[in-house]
Amino acid sequence: MKTLKFLIEKEFKQMFRNPLIPRLIVLFPTMVLLVFPWAVSFEIKNIRIDVVDHSKSTYSKRLTDKVSASQYFILHDTPPDYNTAMLNMENDKTDMILEIPSSFDVDLVKSRDSEVGVAVNSVNGTQGLLGSNYIMQIVNDLSSELRGELTQTLPPQLRASMMHMPKIDIVPQYKFNPALDYKNFMIPGFMVLLLTILCGILPALNIVMEKENGTINQINVTPVSKMNFILAKLIPYWAVGLVVMIISITLSLLIYGLWPAGGVIAVLISAIVFILSVSGLGIIISNYSETMQQASFLVMFFILILVLLGGMFTPVSSMPAWAQWIAAINPFNYLTDTFRMLYLNGSTLADVSGNLLALGVIAVILNGWAVFSYKKRG
Amino acid sequence: MSTRVIEVTDLTKKFGNFTAVDHITFDVEEGEIFGFLGANGAGKTTAMQMLCGISMPTAGAGTVAGYDIIRENELIKRNIGYMSQKFSLYEDLRVWENIRLFGGIYGLTDKVIATKTDALLERLNFREERNTMVKYLPLGWKQKLAFSVAIFHEPKIVFLDEPTGGVDPAMRRQFWEMIYEAADQGITVFVTTHYMDEAEYCNRVSIMVDGRIDALDTPAELRRQFNADSMDEVFRQLARKAKRGD
Repeated sequence: MKTLKFLIEKEFKQMFRNPLIPRLIVLFPTMVLLVFPWAVSFEIKNIRIDVVDHSKSTYSKRLTDKVSASQYFILHDTPPDYNTAMLNMENDKTDMILEIPSSFDVDLVKSRDSEVGVAVNSVNGTQGLLGSNYIMQIVNDLSSELRGELTQTLPPQLRASMMHMPKIDIVPQYKFNPALDYKNFMIPGFMVLLLTILCGILPALNIVMEKENGTINQINVTPVSKMNFILAKLIPYWAVGLVVMIISITLSLLIYGLWPAGGVIAVLISAIVFILSVSGLGIIISNYSETMQQASFLVMFFILILVLLGGMFTPVSSMPAWAQWIAAINPFNYLTDTFRMLYLNGSTLADVSGNLLALGVIAVILNGWAVFSYKKRG
Repeated sequence: MSTRVIEVTDLTKKFGNFTAVDHITFDVEEGEIFGFLGANGAGKTTAMQMLCGISMPTAGAGTVAGYDIIRENELIKRNIGYMSQKFSLYEDLRVWENIRLFGGIYGLTDKVIATKTDALLERLNFREERNTMVKYLPLGWKQKLAFSVAIFHEPKIVFLDEPTGGVDPAMRRQFWEMIYEAADQGITVFVTTHYMDEAEYCNRVSIMVDGRIDALDTPAELRRQFNADSMDEVFRQLARKAKRGD
């Protein structure tokens, strides 16, 4: 135990003397939280749209205005016919075409029913899907406005019968993230990403650096226990991770007004368990690598798997079964879920205890392996 | 009859088909300065690493400081010091911090470390360099420091793997004075070297050729056996037979 003190002292000194690492610990979370939440978003805005208006009526003009006034669309052009619009789409000048038939106004007045045509460039599937949904909303909106107005113009007896026509509206209530702000959803994920990168990559490069410098041999001829050596490598990354978390929590409060409803202590506790598991993974990689190059490639590969199969960008529940199995042993998945619960759902430590238990088991296995795979004798 | 601190029989290490160390048998007595000579690639470093417990022998048996080299390698490590070919103190730690780290690893207390550090820096004339980062020390100084760190915990045996590579004759001379001081304190010195003048300083030398020990005796006796004027000539006669190149 006494040896551990000397080893940890050494690790901290080396970390602070590294010209890059202390700066990285502060700058990295700052950059990520300032920039990424704005850029990495599945909200699709600024879809370019061409409106082909064959009707040229007051109603069609209103629809066009409504579309161009929407924050989701940019009215690119109003070409005279569909083919011109299609040409625009083929030349990537527009993403969507809204075609209003010539009978639009007549149909609306006479039969209170009309159709519009929509063509979407679905190369980007999300954009295609969301774009057509947005247009549908706008058209529905207009049609209910018009229905209201037209009803006013009807003779009283007909108006009464109209009033009795059943009309079903779906009124969604968005729980936990009422403004449907995508940033709120992503920020807890970015915190996990930060921890994974800093507390995964740094330890992965650490032991292999001692191998390259030859200092590992000097350690191996001493009676230092494997457990102490690995612990001394792990503990400084707890400190790094906690600093990163404190910066992240503060920044997301100051910039985005986001505060963990489930308590900041719960967030920190789950972070600590998580850091232990990714640092353990980093050390395993370091133990099996001979050079920095090998270690960096390996750690990149594993971090990619952790992140992409970790439920940050796409929900685990919609992955194929094999990917869900990977997610079940993926610490990233458990912490992303935990942070989102703590931040958005207002869950408490008790609610996330299942996740914490899973993280704890993963951490014990990985670090046991880390100690085992560190060989003092070749 | 003095005690044997190193005793090995038929020690062998194979890497795949390559036999780096081929059934070597020898012993080293307490307080001895034992020279371990051989051309590049003769297997000196591998043999030494097996004795230090950082390389697992493929075959053979032996004891170092009374402990079995196969089963009790971690116990051996409490009783030895090691300074490697590749200079291996921490470059990004200060002089005193390196001393403190290795002192701590061998279980010395803060107080003992502090007292001994002062005495050591005084003896080496290193007081001014106490806070210098090791990477800024000249090579000769680094080697002196590394040697001092290797014997800081007063081991029974110190293993030196080409400790004087790359420094001038004056510096080597000073280094050997330090080795003699250590030997006077009763520390057994096991040293590999390329310099044949250094071989003359040893009590006994062994010469490895292609993984085997081809000669082992006092320098004077070896010169007589090979009918040579210097160790250099002895070495050349033996090395001529070597099949492994550099």
